[in-house]
Amino acid sequence: MSQADVVWRRRQRRETRHLLVSVLPGALWIFIFLVLPSAYLMSVAFMTNGGFGQPQMPLTLDAFRNLAGFGFLGWSPGNLYTLWRSIFQSVISLALVVLVAYPVAWYISLCRPRLRAIMLLAVVVPSWTNQVIRAFGWMNLLSPGTPLSSLAEKMGLIAPNMGLFPSDFAVTLGLVYNFLPFMVLPLYAAFEKLDHAQIEAARDLYASPLRTFFVAVLPQTLPGLLAGSVLVAIPAFGMYVIPELLGGGRSQMLGNLVASQFGEAANWPLGAAGALLMLLATLMGLFILRRMGRRLGGGTEMVI
Amino acid sequence: MAERSPTAAPDGPFQHRDSTQGANAGAAREASSINLKGIRKEYPGGVVALESVDLDIRAGEFFTLLGPSGCGKTTLLRMLAGLDEPSAGTLSIGGVDVTDTPPHKRSVNTVFQSYALFPHLSVRDNIAFGLKMRGMARSEREQKVVEIAEFIKLGSLVDRRVDQLSGGQRQRIALARALICEPDVLLLDEPLSALDAGLRSQLQVELLRTQKRLGMTFVFVTHDQEEAMVMSDRIAVLSDGIIQQIGTPQEVYERPANLFVARFMGHDNLFSISAREGMTVQTPIGALETEDHNEGKVALIRPETLELTSPGAPSVEPGKQLNTLMCRVVERFYRGSNVEYRLSHQSGEQHSELIAEISNTGERLFRVGDEVKVEIYPEDVIMLSDDEEGA
Repeated sequence: MSQADVVWRRRQRRETRHLLVSVLPGALWIFIFLVLPSAYLMSVAFMTNGGFGQPQMPLTLDAFRNLAGFGFLGWSPGNLYTLWRSIFQSVISLALVVLVAYPVAWYISLCRPRLRAIMLLAVVVPSWTNQVIRAFGWMNLLSPGTPLSSLAEKMGLIAPNMGLFPSDFAVTLGLVYNFLPFMVLPLYAAFEKLDHAQIEAARDLYASPLRTFFVAVLPQTLPGLLAGSVLVAIPAFGMYVIPELLGGGRSQMLGNLVASQFGEAANWPLGAAGALLMLLATLMGLFILRRMGRRLGGGTEMVI
Repeated sequence: MAERSPTAAPDGPFQHRDSTQGANAGAAREASSINLKGIRKEYPGGVVALESVDLDIRAGEFFTLLGPSGCGKTTLLRMLAGLDEPSAGTLSIGGVDVTDTPPHKRSVNTVFQSYALFPHLSVRDNIAFGLKMRGMARSEREQKVVEIAEFIKLGSLVDRRVDQLSGGQRQRIALARALICEPDVLLLDEPLSALDAGLRSQLQVELLRTQKRLGMTFVFVTHDQEEAMVMSDRIAVLSDGIIQQIGTPQEVYERPANLFVARFMGHDNLFSISAREGMTVQTPIGALETEDHNEGKVALIRPETLELTSPGAPSVEPGKQLNTLMCRVVERFYRGSNVEYRLSHQSGEQHSELIAEISNTGERLFRVGDEVKVEIYPEDVIMLSDDEEGA
């Protein structure tokens, strides 16, 4: 082995050691605070619920049976409704968020630079307030007797004296309101670097305004749209605060189910099974979005 | 298809390749002329991009809009495409007024400077895009793509992805995508400016041959005067939103209408005239005889018209009265086919510099520091007005 080889190998070893030392703290952190608790949570899901709500041996699938609705009193669809509500609410609120955020982001990107900064700030600043406080704000706006509720009542949309809050509708509204900035920002970033020459090329090549949008605008904003969808749909799916406050206990979502099992219902295995289901559903959602991105985007640029 | 102008022949220009008609591809269709009247563009805030422009572009012509950046040439092109609307004036293509026609209803196609290919579509779909938008059936579209691919010699490029193409290849796809629609007019917005020199001159030739074969009206935008001269049937030189001169490359180069055009076409030997008496003008390099009857503030002498000999040599044309100057060689640039000399001339206190471009005939070259005799034919001393049109 030549002298140069030896020096080179020594340097390689030193670099490897250096790399390990710099990565170690982060790796430890992730292991202790993410991997271990997750593993524990998963194992809890397969344990039996003790008399005082403590998870204990033996390992069973009772928690999952519970989650599917089988209890002491036979089968009830309550938990499945909760799951369905979670999926439904996150999909509906995602769709509404896209409908609102897309034109807003586009419009902001077309404004003068100074105005753009102000408008973006106006989108973001409300989210600096605590979620709970904002939810209380909506409660005040939607309660029975408020102008909005009276209007809905006069239009025959709700039963007399019911108010818009608490309801599924209030939860959807709260979710849309809460997650709007998470869609506007990535979309704005996509619109900001929009290649206008592509739009002009489409118009030049006889595309009608609508076709131009689908061929020259939408594909360019797709990465932003998908990134925003992940940022909106996944936290919305597991949302706890908004259904708790605006749903008034009647519009439970999966997050609330999990929270109650770890709290007042004192059934940790069931709570852990719910959390596991949430994780699986989230991964599946990510997978679908990713596939959609590949299919529609065609290119290699992926956000997720 | 209803929007297509009546001048478009039913048979495409690319089908001749299969027939026995021969080289004249343009025979199948009639090209369209363009007429601009009083076109003006003013942006909000009072910026005027174009002052009242009148312009006639003939059918089948390779016409170039030449000027520095910000002169309004791209704005003018975008108006032809329908991507910008004129603030005033009328625009007609093939005799039909299209001033208010949106771009997707004009039979005009553009090759964009950035090519603007659709990255999420295949090359094939990019090329066929215009036909698809017009509602042509898939099988017919595919046939057309094959024809155009053969016509522009795209070879296997059509099977690649857009992100696998080089700049030159993208340029050709962009050209194919526009040509396949068989527009009345093809617009080209500095399509070669992003390419390196070798590829650029190769594509210049290809583009020119394509235009001649199709006989289609091409409107070309560039800031490169050499490119403009090589390619064009006629050139319009623009500055500050005003057309300074329209003419053949030879007219614009040899008889620039004013100082701006002369400078932009790359002329350096410009001498201000302090007085004129008959056909004699007073300049910093002394009194010059001219045959130009026009009044002018500046004398232009093109560098390739200068005759250089040794101080003692006889006149290049003894029977004729030539302007004669004594100069010294300051710098010499050997370019192979020609040699450029930078000369200094002393006239009393006045020091001036001249540039001479001598074609390399293999004779002995002058050296830096040599004294040379410069002779200038009176007909090569050209009078220019010193101000730009309208400025």
